[in-house]
Amino acid sequence: MTEQYKTSTELDRAPVIEPGHTFGTVTEKISAIVLTRPATNGWFIGFGLAFMLTMMLLFAIGYLFLRGIGIWGNTVPIGWGFEIVNFVWWIGIGHAGTLISAILLLLRQSWRNSINRFAEAMTLFAVACAGIFPAIHVGRPWLAYWLFPIPNTMGVWPQFRSPLMWDVFAVSTYATISALFWFIGLIPDLATLRDRTDNKGLKIIYGMLSLGWRGSARHWHRYETAYLLLAGLATPLVLSVHTVVSFDFAVGIVPGWHTTIFPPYFVAGAIYSGFAMVLMLAIPIRKIYGLEDFITERHLQNSAKVMLATGLIVGYGYLIEAFMSWYSGDRYDAFTVWNRLHGPYAAIYWALLICNIFIPQVLWIRRLRTSPVALFLVSGVILVGMWLERFVIIVMSLHRDYLTSSWGMYYPTRWDWMTYIGTIGMFLAAMFLFLRVLPAISIFEMRTLLPEAEVKE
Amino acid sequence: MKRDPIYGIMAEFDSAQALIDAAHATHQAGYQKIDAYSPFPIEGLAEEIGFHHDEVPLVVLIGGIIGGLTGYLMQYWMSAVDYPLNIGGKPYHSWPAFIIITFEMTILFAGISAVFGMLALNGLPMPYHPVFNVPRFALASKDRFFLIVFSSDKKYDPAATRQFLEGLAPRSVSEVPS
Repeated sequence: MTEQYKTSTELDRAPVIEPGHTFGTVTEKISAIVLTRPATNGWFIGFGLAFMLTMMLLFAIGYLFLRGIGIWGNTVPIGWGFEIVNFVWWIGIGHAGTLISAILLLLRQSWRNSINRFAEAMTLFAVACAGIFPAIHVGRPWLAYWLFPIPNTMGVWPQFRSPLMWDVFAVSTYATISALFWFIGLIPDLATLRDRTDNKGLKIIYGMLSLGWRGSARHWHRYETAYLLLAGLATPLVLSVHTVVSFDFAVGIVPGWHTTIFPPYFVAGAIYSGFAMVLMLAIPIRKIYGLEDFITERHLQNSAKVMLATGLIVGYGYLIEAFMSWYSGDRYDAFTVWNRLHGPYAAIYWALLICNIFIPQVLWIRRLRTSPVALFLVSGVILVGMWLERFVIIVMSLHRDYLTSSWGMYYPTRWDWMTYIGTIGMFLAAMFLFLRVLPAISIFEMRTLLPEAEVKE
Repeated sequence: MKRDPIYGIMAEFDSAQALIDAAHATHQAGYQKIDAYSPFPIEGLAEEIGFHHDEVPLVVLIGGIIGGLTGYLMQYWMSAVDYPLNIGGKPYHSWPAFIIITFEMTILFAGISAVFGMLALNGLPMPYHPVFNVPRFALASKDRFFLIVFSSDKKYDPAATRQFLEGLAPRSVSEVPS
C-alpha cells in the first residue's frame, strides 16, 4: 500500500484513508457506531419517518390485493406503468453496489474497501424494493409462484422463450448472490463485533452470525479464494441482469423498445443511477458518523467520475436511439422520437435531458466534484432523471404505437404514488437499521489498506 | 483415546510481519500441526503453515457445471419432453432462448457452492472452539496475531514447545485448554 500512498501524493490526490490510523483505531471507530454510540434523536426521527412510509407501502399493497390493479393508473394501451418504471429504477440502483464490491475488487481498486459494505447493503435493499413490483403487478399475486418452475396441478411449465422468464431467473439469482456476497463479507466483521462487545446477549447474537469465525490462516485462504471467485461470478451476473431487464423491452416490437442499443445503455444507466444513490447515502453517513477519514474526498471524486463517464454513455444511448429512428426509415420509430420531443409528455422528456445530460456536466469542474453539497444535489438530480428515463421508455412508448385508434394516456393515481414513495421509505428504513446493527464499513478490508498490514516473505 | 487436557500452545505477536516470520520458523523447526490467526488475510501466511491445497475452486467449478446442466436440462425437459407446447411455431427445443437461464443457473449454483463450500471446508459454523479459551484471543479480530502449535503434533512437548515459541520473541505465550 505504500506504493499507493506514493502515487496518491505524486498525483496530488486525496488518500484513501487519512494517515495516522492503526488496526486498533480503524476497528474501534467503525465498531463503535454499532456497539457504543447511542441512537440519537435524529436517528429515531429519520427511522420513524421511513418506517411510516413503509407502513404506507403495506397499506397501498393491502388495498391493491383487496381491489385489484384497477386502483392504479394502468389502462390499455399502457399495461405497464409505475410498477415497471419503479422496478427498473430500483434494480438499476442496485447495480452500483455490485460494481463497487465485485468489479472494482477484480480491478484492484482498493479505494472501494470503505464503501463496498454499505453499497452492497444498498444493493440488497434496492433489489428487495424492486422485487415487490413484479410480484404485485401480476393481477392475481397469489399465483405469482407460477413464474417459477414449480410443479402444479395443471401440469404446465413456465414459457422459457419469454424474456420475462429470463428476468425472473436473472433477478432472483442476482438477489441471492448479492445476499451471499454481503454476508460472506460480513463474517469476519461480525467476529470483531462479537469480540468487542461487553453485552452478553449481543455476544451470542454476533457469535452465532459470525459462525464462529476465528481468523485462521487456512480459513482466510479459502475465504479469499471464495470471495474472489464470487466477485468473478458476480461481475458477468450484474452485467447480465440489466441486459435481461432491457430484453423485456428490446425483444418486443413496440417502437421505442425494439432496439439493439438497449442492453449496454441500460447497464450504463443502472450504474449511473446506482452511483448517484451511493453518493446520496455516503455523503450524509460520513458527515453524521464522522467517517471523513475513511470515506475521503478521493471516494467522492472517483464516484463523480464514474457518474460522469456512465452519464456520457447514457447520453450516447439517447443520441443513437434518435439517430436510428431516423436512419432506419421506419416512420413509427421516427414518430416515437417526434412524440417524445413534442407529444403530450414532452415536458418529461425535456426534464430527462436536463437531469441526465445537461446538469451532470458540472462534474467536469473539480471544485464541484470535491464539494459534498454539490455532489449530493447533482446525485439527486440524476436519480430523478433516471426515473424519468424509465418513464419515457415504458409509458411514452406504449401510449402511442402503430394504430392511432389505440392511443391513450397514462395518469398515475394516488396508489401508484403511495406504492412508489412507500418503497423509498422501506429502503431508507432498512438502511437506518443496517447502520445501527452492522458495521457500515468493512473493518477487515480497511485493515488491509493500512501501511502496517504489509509483509515481505 | 484420552483427550489431552491441553489443546495447544499459543504465542501472541504484535505485527503481521512477526507472525509470518514466526510461522516460517515454526514450520521449519519441524512442527506440522500448527495454525496462525490474524485480523485480516495475510498473503503467504497459509503457505508458511503448510497449507497448499485449496479445494474451493474445484467445488465452485463442479457447482457451476451442475448449475449449467440443471438449467439447460430443466428447460429442455419441461419445454420439449414433459409438456411440449407450440408457442408461435417455435421449436420445442429452442436452444438459443434457453441460454440465458442456463447462464443464470450456472452463476447461481457456482456462487452458492463458493460460499457454502468455503464454509464447509473451513468447518464453519463452529461457535465454540478451544482457542477462544484464551482471553487475549479476542484481540485476534482486532490488532493482534497468534500462532498455535497443537498438542496433537508429533513433535509437541509441553516444555520444549513452549520454550521454542518463547524464543520467537512473542508478546506472550499461553497454554490453550481444550
